[in-house]
Amino acid sequence: MLEKISILGGNDKAGAAEPIKWLDVRTGEVLAVVGPTGSGKTQLISDIEQYASGDTPTGRSILVNEQPADKYAESRKIKHLVAEVSQNMNFVIDMSIEEFLLMHARIRSIDNPGKLVEEVLEVSNKLAGEPLSNTDNLTALSGGQSRALMVADVALISNAPIVLIDEIENAGIDRLKALEFLTGNGKVVLVVTHDPTLMLLASNRVVMKNGGMNKYLPTSGSEREILVQLTNIEKEVSLLRNRLRDGETI
Amino acid sequence: MLRFVIVTGTPSSGKTSVMLHTIRQLLRKNVVVAACKIDCLETSDDERYRRLGIPVAVGLSDYICPDHFYVANLEEIEHWARDEEKAEIVVIETAGLCHRCAPAVNGCLSVCVVDNLSGIDTPKKVGPMLSTADIVVITKGDIVSQAEREVFRHKVETLNPRARLIPINGLTGQGSLRLYQEIIRYPAMETISEKELRYPMPAAICSYCAGETIIGKNYQMGNVKKVDFGRKY
Ligand SMILES: Nc1nc2c(ncn2[C@@H]2O[C@H](COP(=O)(O)OP(=O)(O)OP(=O)(O)O)[C@@H](O)[C@H]2O)c(=O)[nH]1
Ligand SMILES: [Mg+2]
Repeated sequence: MLEKISILGGNDKAGAAEPIKWLDVRTGEVLAVVGPTGSGKTQLISDIEQYASGDTPTGRSILVNEQPADKYAESRKIKHLVAEVSQNMNFVIDMSIEEFLLMHARIRSIDNPGKLVEEVLEVSNKLAGEPLSNTDNLTALSGGQSRALMVADVALISNAPIVLIDEIENAGIDRLKALEFLTGNGKVVLVVTHDPTLMLLASNRVVMKNGGMNKYLPTSGSEREILVQLTNIEKEVSLLRNRLRDGETI
Repeated sequence: MLRFVIVTGTPSSGKTSVMLHTIRQLLRKNVVVAACKIDCLETSDDERYRRLGIPVAVGLSDYICPDHFYVANLEEIEHWARDEEKAEIVVIETAGLCHRCAPAVNGCLSVCVVDNLSGIDTPKKVGPMLSTADIVVITKGDIVSQAEREVFRHKVETLNPRARLIPINGLTGQGSLRLYQEIIRYPAMETISEKELRYPMPAAICSYCAGETIIGKNYQMGNVKKVDFGRKY
């Protein structure tokens, strides 16, 4: 079982040692990766995806359960240690949701794939604004529906224990629930984001600066209070949106 | 001594993009690399390789099958890369048009590049080009879902369980480090002469190979095969 991944610091863009030397992310935890554009968020994600071992430009190393990531994956025959969901990703296969999910589940040698496929659909429907049905064609899904289905599939069918979420703030899905589903299924989750709500939803955040991991901050008690306010504001905005869309005046 | 890296794959799958990133890593370690692009009528890949500042050759097969043309020129490519350019590694990017051929040669590192966008039936259609490869590079994972990446990978694995699979993003080069490591680890060889193709190339000696353009039985000679319409699939 995956317990944690560790990121061992290397150097920033100037070649100086990163202020954060060792960073653990545990199963069930969400780490937000924050920082301005060009600060190195994508490179951090890329280091994890590539199982860096001092050989990438940053010189970082990635450990899983304190073992080099590639050894961990190899010894357990894990083909995908990392799953990624980003807003650039789309479904391109011309198939119905059900057909495709069944195919994916069979490949993963899952018992009773039919039942799991139903679950995936149920979860997708909790995440997406617009309902999905088994017979919908994958390529005809809206952006929000696609992202919801991707998250549900990653949570329930994909074997990857590490999940990287890249800027899905505009994807039109319930982000809070999405993170709950993922972490609830024993995953380590990293979220690259510019969205304050997502940053505060995370248990901790790492602040990137000039290519390096500059600060590591837990979400404090007072920040959690701000999160509640933020979530309320979002609810209000969403209500307003719906009323305006329905032709009301406000 | 020269290492051959033979790059095959469907058109536009990302062969050049992947190799540019990988060659850059080799150059960083001061390895001398030469590149040769084989195509039919036209290519601008040579320009892209040239921008790396490495020696580049282009072979256009014109009226000949590009894969047959490629095999017939391997000794010449070796001579050019090894003796004239003093290269330690030669990267040959093939045209990869007809999926019947597999350019893999024993003793050469054979890399097949396929992309996630091409659909889950593509690995099967690609045939021996994929099943004889040492390494299968899978590109364009950045724009399809995780689920599709996993299904696509599974299809590739089923067709070639022996190959090492390396996902690479051709735009950013993410993943190319692993391809670099495979290339560095691969043994160089004395000469390509007398080495053997892993899969025979098809017989293609009909009148159309020889320039015939008119449709009809009267104009067909040599190795002619007809569709069997009665066959049950
Ligand atoms: N999104 C995305 N695009 C890619 C990726 N790899 C390559 N491309 C794009 O795909 C197109 C074709 O890439 P090339 O590297 O020219 O492909 P090729 O196989 O060498 O093409 P030919 O030699 O003409 O057969 C280019 O527009 C690339 O930018 C990738 O991983 N992701
Ligand atoms: Mg090319």
